[in-house]
This record gives sequence, C-alpha cells and structure tokens, in this order.
Amino acid sequence: MQPKVLVLTGYGINCEEETAFAFERAGAKSEIIHVNDLIDGVRKMATYQILAIPGGFSYGDDTGSGNAMANRIKNNVEDQVLRFVQMNKLVIGICNGFQVLTNLGLVPALDGKVGERQAALDRNDSARYTDRWVWLRRASNKCVWTRGIELLHTPIAHGEGKFTVSDENLKKLQANDQIAWQYVHEDGSPAAGEWPFNPNGARADIAGVCDPTGRVLGMMPHPERFMHVTNEDGWTLKKELARRAKKSLPSEGEGMKVFRNAVEYFK
Amino acid sequence: MIHRIEIANHKKDSRAHALQSRLKEEGILTDDVAVVDTYLIEKEFSTKELVKIASALTNPILQRAVIDNFIAPKEFNFALEIGFLPGVTDNVGSTAKQIVEDLLKVSFGNDEGVYTSQVYFFKGALTREDVEKVGKLKANELIQRVTIKDFAAFQKDSGMGKAVPRVKLIDVKTITVNLNVSDEELVRIGKEGVKGVEGRRGPLALDLASLHAIRDYFKKEKRSPSDVELESLAQTWSEHCKHTIFANKMDRLEEGLYKGLIKRATNDIRAQKGKEDFCVSVFTDNAGGIVFDDDWVITDKAETHNSPSALDPFGGAVTGIVGVNRDALGFGMGAKPVINRYGFCFADPHKPNDLYRAKEKKNPSLPPRKIMDGVIEGVNAGGNRSGIPTPQGFMIFDDRYRGKPLVFVGTVGLIPRELAGKPSWKKGARPGDKIVMTGGRVGQDGIHGATFSSEAMDTGSPATAVQIGDPITQKKLSDAIVKEARDQGLYNSITDNGAGGLSCSVAEMARECGGCFVELDKVPLKYPSLEPWKIWISESQERMTLAVPPAKVDAFISLMARRGVEAAVIGEFRDNGRCTVTYKGYKVMDIDLAFLHDGAPGKNLRSLYHKPKRSDPDVAAPENLNDTLTSMLGRLNIAGQEFLSMQYDHEVQAGSVIKPLQGKGRVNGEATVVRPLLTSERAAVLSQGLHPGYSDIDTYWMAAASIDTAIRNAIAVGGNLDHMALMDNFCWCSSDEAQRLGELKSAVQACYDYATQYGTPFISGKDSMFNDFKGYDADGKPIKVSVPPTLLISSLSVIPDANKCVTLDPKVAGDLVYVLGATRKELGGSEYYVMQGVLGNTVPHVNAQRAQVLYRSLFQATQKELIASCMSVNLGGLGVALAKMVIAGELGLDIDLRAVSKEGIARDDHLLFSETQSRFIVTINLSKKELFEVLFGRDASLIGTVTSEPKLRITGLQGNPIVDIEIAALGDSYRKTFRSY
Repeated sequence: MQPKVLVLTGYGINCEEETAFAFERAGAKSEIIHVNDLIDGVRKMATYQILAIPGGFSYGDDTGSGNAMANRIKNNVEDQVLRFVQMNKLVIGICNGFQVLTNLGLVPALDGKVGERQAALDRNDSARYTDRWVWLRRASNKCVWTRGIELLHTPIAHGEGKFTVSDENLKKLQANDQIAWQYVHEDGSPAAGEWPFNPNGARADIAGVCDPTGRVLGMMPHPERFMHVTNEDGWTLKKELARRAKKSLPSEGEGMKVFRNAVEYFK
Repeated sequence: MIHRIEIANHKKDSRAHALQSRLKEEGILTDDVAVVDTYLIEKEFSTKELVKIASALTNPILQRAVIDNFIAPKEFNFALEIGFLPGVTDNVGSTAKQIVEDLLKVSFGNDEGVYTSQVYFFKGALTREDVEKVGKLKANELIQRVTIKDFAAFQKDSGMGKAVPRVKLIDVKTITVNLNVSDEELVRIGKEGVKGVEGRRGPLALDLASLHAIRDYFKKEKRSPSDVELESLAQTWSEHCKHTIFANKMDRLEEGLYKGLIKRATNDIRAQKGKEDFCVSVFTDNAGGIVFDDDWVITDKAETHNSPSALDPFGGAVTGIVGVNRDALGFGMGAKPVINRYGFCFADPHKPNDLYRAKEKKNPSLPPRKIMDGVIEGVNAGGNRSGIPTPQGFMIFDDRYRGKPLVFVGTVGLIPRELAGKPSWKKGARPGDKIVMTGGRVGQDGIHGATFSSEAMDTGSPATAVQIGDPITQKKLSDAIVKEARDQGLYNSITDNGAGGLSCSVAEMARECGGCFVELDKVPLKYPSLEPWKIWISESQERMTLAVPPAKVDAFISLMARRGVEAAVIGEFRDNGRCTVTYKGYKVMDIDLAFLHDGAPGKNLRSLYHKPKRSDPDVAAPENLNDTLTSMLGRLNIAGQEFLSMQYDHEVQAGSVIKPLQGKGRVNGEATVVRPLLTSERAAVLSQGLHPGYSDIDTYWMAAASIDTAIRNAIAVGGNLDHMALMDNFCWCSSDEAQRLGELKSAVQACYDYATQYGTPFISGKDSMFNDFKGYDADGKPIKVSVPPTLLISSLSVIPDANKCVTLDPKVAGDLVYVLGATRKELGGSEYYVMQGVLGNTVPHVNAQRAQVLYRSLFQATQKELIASCMSVNLGGLGVALAKMVIAGELGLDIDLRAVSKEGIARDDHLLFSETQSRFIVTINLSKKELFEVLFGRDASLIGTVTSEPKLRITGLQGNPIVDIEIAALGDSYRKTFRSY
C-alpha cells in the first residue's frame, strides 16, 4: 500500500515542506498537518501510517528544545500518539522532532516504558548553534529506517544535540540494538568524541536512537537536506572527479534512502 | 502572589563553560561558574499546581527544579542575576506562560505573567568590580537589569528575590500641541519632541520648514494638532520613510537622485531589454521582484538596522532580520521567505571603546567586540529560528564603524506569478475593507525608531527605540499567511509594520483606496493604558496589516486563531481622502491624506565634491613576500569567518547548492547558490559587493567597484549576467553637508552608469543617511565619528541548472591555472596599502564594456562545464586569491607571474596585491584547453598548474622564486584571526 504520512507543523517547526517532499518523492502521500488541527479533531492520526515530526524551532527552543511542543502534545493528544506507536506504524523525529520524541518518551522507550523520559538532547559542548556536514554509520540492525545504509553523509544544524543518557540506559541501548546512528569519520571509524566528527559531544557518538521495535526513530542529522546531488558538501569536487573517470553522479541525494526505507516497509 | 521556580543542570552547563573561557579572555579568572534558570510567576497557584508547572519546565534527565526556594552551589563568592527590564520582550517567559495555560487550562490576566532570568554564580578570587564587569559584558542595561549579591547577602536574603518587571503605566490623555510659538521653540519640538506631562517625548526629527508646513496646515483647519497627528506626520515625513535626500531636487538634477538616476537606470534597462525584460515589480512594493521561471517570481530586499544595533546589538540585529523577512511577506499578496542575506561593518573587535554619549566618561558606547558578538547572535537567533537559510553574508572592519556599526540584512522570497488567475504582485485595499492587524501585540518598544534613525546618534538617543524580536510569533504569522490565508484569498492587500508602525502601514495602504478610519482602542496591547500616540507609532515587531473584505473577516480571524496567531479588526478603509483615528470614541487624528503623504516641503539640496589631491606612496617592496602574504591572510577583512558561517543554518529548506564555506579547507566564498524550488533544477545565485575602503579616494569608483564585485562574484560560481538584478543600500554620513552629498551624487551617478552598461537593473534599495556618532572622547572633548561612505550592492541572478555551479577549490593536480582579465597598478585604498598605513590614490577603475564580454564568456564556459574551479579576485588581489584557493583545495599551485596579463606594473608585490576589478582565477582540465582558449581569447593567460605538493609557489617577474610556502602555514594564518570566536 502507499503509506500516508502525517508531517506535523506549527509553533516554529520549519522543515515540514522538505520533509513532506522527501516522503512524496519516495512514493508516499504526505500531508502537512498543524498540531492544532489534531488537537481540534479536524484531523485524526489513525488515518495515517507514518508520523514525521520535522526539524525546526518549535516554541523557539524556549524552556529546552522540544519541551514545549512535547507538553502541547502530551496535554492534548497523548492518547492518539501512544496508540499510533503501538500499532504497526512508523514514526520519525528529525532534529527538533527527535528532541520532541525524546521529551515525549517515545524513544528510546526502554523496558517497555513508552512515555517516560529516558534520554535528553543537551546543549552542544560548543554552547553554540552549529551547521555542518557529518558522517553517520548505521549501528542498529533492527531499525526500519536505516536498512541497507552503511554510511550516510548528512548535515546537522542544531544548538542542542548532545545525546545524554545514564550509564545504565546506555548499556540497555547497546544490548537492545537501539543505537540507530553513530557519528564517524569519513572512513567509517568511530568519531570517539572527537570534534568536529562528533559535532556536539554526544555520548557514545550517538546521532540517533530507535525504540525497541525499530519502528520509531529519532535522529539529530537531517537526511531530508540531502535529496539532491548538489546538496552535498563537496559535491563539485565529486562531480569533477566523476567526470574525469567518465562517470556521472546520480541526481538523487543519499538522504532519500531513509524515506525510501519507510515506504518500502508498507509494500 | 509571586512564585519563583529555579532550574539547574545536574552537571556543569556548557553555557557556564563558555562563559568561564570568555571571562578568561577578558582577564577575569574564576575557579568555577554555575548557571541557574529562573521563572518568576505572578499568579496564584496551589503547591500541587506549582509542582506540575515545575515539572513541565524541567527535563529531569538534565535538570532539577525547586519551587519558591533557591538553587546555589555550596561555595561561591558572588551571584549575578540578569533579567529583563519592564516591557522588554521575554520570549522564554511567554512560552512558559503558554505551557502553563495549556497544562492547567487557565489563562493569565492583564496583571499576571511569567518573567525569566538567569543567575550566574562565580567562585574564585574575584572582586565585586570584576562581577560588575561580567554584568556589563553579559547584559545590556538598556533592556536588562543586573543584580549582584555576595555570598553573605545571598544567604541572608535567601536568594535573589522576587521582583517582577511588570510594566506600570499611568493613563495619559491625548494632548494638543501649540505650534504658534517661536521658531526657536519649533526647532526644539522637532529635535526633542512634544512636551508631555512626563517631559519631552523624544525626537520628531522634523526641521523648521516641515514644522512651518504643519503649522500652516492646521491654521487652515482652525485648530492645533494633537500629539497623535504630530507624531504621525513626523513618522511619515521622516528621512527613514520618505527618503528625502534621494527624493529631493539636488543641484540641477530636478528629479533627485532616486528618480533621476537609480530608477531611471532600471527604466532604461527594461526598455532596452524589451522582450527579455525580467523585472516584474520594482521599487513600488516592500521588495522588488523578477521572473524566476514561467510560474514563479523571486523577490529581494535588503535593509539596514544600524542605530538600534548600536544601542542593543542583539535586539537590533534580530529585529533587523525578522523585519526584512516581513518585506518578503509584504511583497504583493505575500512571498515566502526563502533565503536570508547579511552583512556587518564593525570596528576592530580587539580595541576597547573610547566613545561616550556624555562628558566625564559617562554613558559609554558599547565596545566593538560586544557590538560584534551581539549582532552576530541576533541574526543567529532571528534567521535560524525562522527556518530561513542564511548562507550569504560578510563581515568587514574599519574603526570608523565604532560609533555606529552597519548591520545589513536581506531576504529573498518566492511567490507564484499568479494567484487565483490574478497577478500575485498586484494588490489594493478597497473602500469598506476592514483594517486587520495580526501577529504580535503593541507595546512601547520601538517608539521613535523611524525618526531616531533619521538623526545622528547622540546624548538624547532614546532607549525605547530598542526592541527584541520574537521570531516564533512571526514564524506562526508567516506560515499562516503565505501557506494558508493567501491561497484561500482571504485579503485584498497586505503590508508590513516596520518603521512608524501602524501610522505608516495603515496610511500607506490607505493610499490604495483613498482613506482610512482607525479605532486605536481596538489594537491588542501588551499592557493596558498605553497612550494613543504610542499605539499609533509603536514599532513593536512581528505585525502585518491587511485589508480584509467584510465577508472574509471571520474566516481570516478564525484561521489565525487556530494557528496560534492573534488578529484584530482595528478599523476600515475608506475613500473620503481623510486619515481619521479615534481612541475610545474621541477623534485624535483627522487629517487630509494628501497632506499626510505629500505635504512635506521639498528642498533643493546643494552638493559639492571636492576630491583631495593625493598621490601614490613610495613604499619599498618587501624582502620576503611569504611573510607579507601570510600577514595579508590574517587581516580582519580577509581572514576566514568559519565561526560565523557555521552558526547560521544554510541548509534548511533543503535547497543548498553552493555553501558559504567551500572546498575541503573550508574557505569563505564570495557568492552562494540556493535551489529554492525543490521540484526545479533552477537556482538563485546571491552575492554582495562593497568597497568603503575606496570612498576616501573617490566615491564614483567605489560604487563602480562595488557593482562590479557583486556581479563578478556571482559570475564566478555560475551566475548569468543576462538574468541578474541588483539592490543598492547606501549607508552615508553627515548628509546635511554639501561635500558628503557631493560624494553621494557621484556614487549614485556610477550606479546609473554601471547598471546600465551591465544591463543589471536595480529592483529595490534603501538608504540610511546619518551614520554619525556625536559625543565625547575619554578626555571629555566633543567628537564626531562618521562611517566611511558605504554602498552595499547585492546581486541576485537566476540560473537554469544548479548542477553547473562551480566552487573556488582547485580539484585535480595537473590542471591548468589561468587568470582572466588584465591587472593594472590599482592599489589605492587596497588592503595591501592599508596594511602599510598608506591610502594611495590609484583606486581601481572598471571597464564594463570589456568586463561584460568576459562575464558572458565565463557563463558560457560554466554552462559547457569547462571550468573545474573559479575564484573571483577580491580584496588582497591575485596573491590572496591564489592563497585562498590552495587552502580550499588542499592542493598546491605553481604560478609564474611573468605570464600574467598586466598594464603598467613592474613590481611583484604590486602585481600580487593590486585590486584591479573584473578578474578571475580559474583551473581547468588539460583536455579542455583548446575549447577554453578559443572561448576566452586574449582575456585568458595561462599562469601555471595545480600540483599535488601542498605548497604555493610563485615565480616573480624577474624569474626568481618569490613565494614558496606550505599550505598549512597559509591556512593557519587565514584561520587564526577568528579562531577563538
């Protein structure tokens, strides 16, 4: 079936258009829905197969990134959301969306405690908003969204992306195979905390985590910002080298793989 | 009842780390720093409710909270609290209020609220003076309050206290102003403002002739003007709004500089282009618009926010960037903002402040570094939070920017060419349409912004002229307008509330239909009892004014409400030729619309341009050019600004093509490219050019070089001269002096000459004519600091295929290196001369006839994919360009200067550092040599090759090696200037 995607917007979410476009291009049907339309009952989550909480600055990051939007959802439509994740459906939170998912306790949701805050995205070690391209390595075998990807080049753009978790929960994340992405060097070797490869000081180089089912993914980097070959940092060099080798670059960016995986899941 | 919730991190906050290292730079050593966030809640709540609130504001993984108690480290010497002054926008406080309302389903009354602050704790051997210094560093006393307590006092008081910054106003009535007074008193009213019971209300910036015109008008009306009327006229007639210097007759130029030269250039170009004319809507709207493709129009607008940024750098810059976003929203029926631009002119951040607004070192200006940090942070907050990519910008330095920095901000927008079958750029309020104000509420922030920026900055500069933006309120507004209301056809006209607030936006729209009627008591306010004149002219941010047909008012207001945006009907558009304003049923303004807009007396400006006689200096050639080149790379105007580029999101909206940093070595390029439509390969090329360093020698050539630079930079990455538009932003000084006006006229003449030669029309522009600081130096002597005459030219080019763009980094060893264009001995005002402490005289001239052939050939070459890398030669000439290329590509270059095409140059240093315009350095694949050389002919000279050895080697005119240096050494010098920023 062609999945229908609910791309959430409102209160300062700002990546909804490109996120919706990425799903459309991957073959899904996207609808950008204001959170207030869910709250007012104008739209129902149950009619969608995928929920995407895009990046942005919901509520300006005031009171902590993702916190106010998580409160808005929790105070008004928590039931719908909890029902959604318990069904065979997919959820992705990118950047600010990851911060919202974490505050809602939808990831990592260890020990079956869906809805409990178990991790956080703290201020970057640099204490400054940072936009740069990073390399990610798929670390989990269970995550639906990362299937078939080994390394992914993507941009990050955030001020609060330092994944923070207790020792105990880190062990559980590792044991349960819930670490979806880790920051690495270009050759795939661990960033091991080294800046700028690990751009924010994230614990265990964690860039994204999934829930125990592998269907709910939260990640700081933005795969939807790499839909086109000319998005990639350094593409002009890549293009020139390819031309010398009498090759051409694919026009689609590799970030699309993430969205194609989601559509594939419903085939 | 006031409650205080304090929240702190379990572990040391990265903000505390950052502050500790920043203080170390300032020589304040601390053993430890801690930060606590506080929320003061003025409203009655039970303990149970407070626990719920605290929990909603706290992330337990990172933080803990206490209620009506304090958090403090066990040991500390001083606590410093920074909160806002009454009436200053507190975004976090407002979000916290929304969280509480949503959580407990309650609402806050007029005298209830949430206020935030931060408390910093310092441990170490510091004195109270040190902590006061920290307060000055972190806070701005115009908008923030600072409280310091030592350990003992903190313990004794059990924390920092519970004083809330609520605004308390007394109800002041509208007054009438008697203008039948002496000219002396009239001048005083113009300069210091209307005299109310509270004292003088701040500058009207009306000169005597204007006040006479107003007096004569009200004589005919047989009454005295009200304060509302006088303030309104002052706003509408201000230099900021009416651009009187560009509009008035100057010498024998009857039409004035704007109509006679700038607009004429565009008209002439459009006529010449005929069917190829790509202009859609120019000069008439909030922004200018050109064709993007068959279905879309792309718009552009650049503004300055200099005076507010001098007083409150953060607030000035954030309101600047979100303000210019509204110019996109206000284009036609509303364009979606898709790209931001910025540009900053600062004084050397390493130098201390030496300017005071009063004698005896009182009322000091902010130090250059503080202005720089605040402005950078302001555009960061505004651009990033709005979800608009901010790739294109620059930062340049001259100590004459220390009195007033220049803060340029711009926004590119995108709008369908047609909406519901009608041209999207046409709009018009109709008689009977309701006047709807939507977005933020009105407070006393930004009173007299327009009149204040039309004056030089001095002792009387008003604090209420500063404002803090709220990007999220605007984001909600922007999305609701351009993503919903516009396409549902809910309004007939829209404009931004910028300078002059409602008084300007409503009166401007009233021209579309011929009148307006406004009820000021219907305007939503931030706090009660704001006086009518303030409601009318306040520049509170994030507001648009719309003309909504009566039948659609409910639909519009309900849509906005569902998007969390406030909207209110505040009056009605009419066709009676009057601008009528009431407050609680009383008429406070009723004047002829024609007088309001066109009643200002015209002036005949006199200009005079006396060019000082200068000569080129006789400075000996340096012995070691390796060292010279290395020093040049570290100069403030040349060094890498990675820290700045990286903190502005340039990837959001997913259209990034050429980023601000290029190559593996991450060198700042001079142009950026964005694909604003995800479904299209078409792209927008943005660049900027300015050369204030040449103004002291000749403003004509300064302007010519600025235009050439903005165009050339765009061409270098793949821009198309035949689909390119320009914008002019003049930031002048002392524009009441004939000499300055002479310099201006000469620059504007160059704008006409070069825009028409290149066929690049101006589509929008703005001027700021009094960038002067008047005050005192450290010895109490009067001092005036004027910015160098500065003209920013911004270029916008549309190209058919993003995939053909080019970066500046050499890509493959063995490639050939060419210089395009000849080099002349043009070092006057150059970075090289300035480094040696001389100015010189031979400023670069521009030969547009020759250059445009080259620019068209280069566009051909990029379309045919002949070019591997291309660098626009800029400040620092060939030497700096070559060095930046090796740093970016991490490949070497082997260059022979003897092959460079040159005119009148005999010295290696002159050839390396001359700033002759219209030149590029390109590298190409050997296999493209023949095609390339045929295309460029004599414009191209083959000067060397790309090498795998990581070195820049240059052979001089005598055949001897003059530069031989490792890339790492060049890179280190390029990066070290701003490394710790």
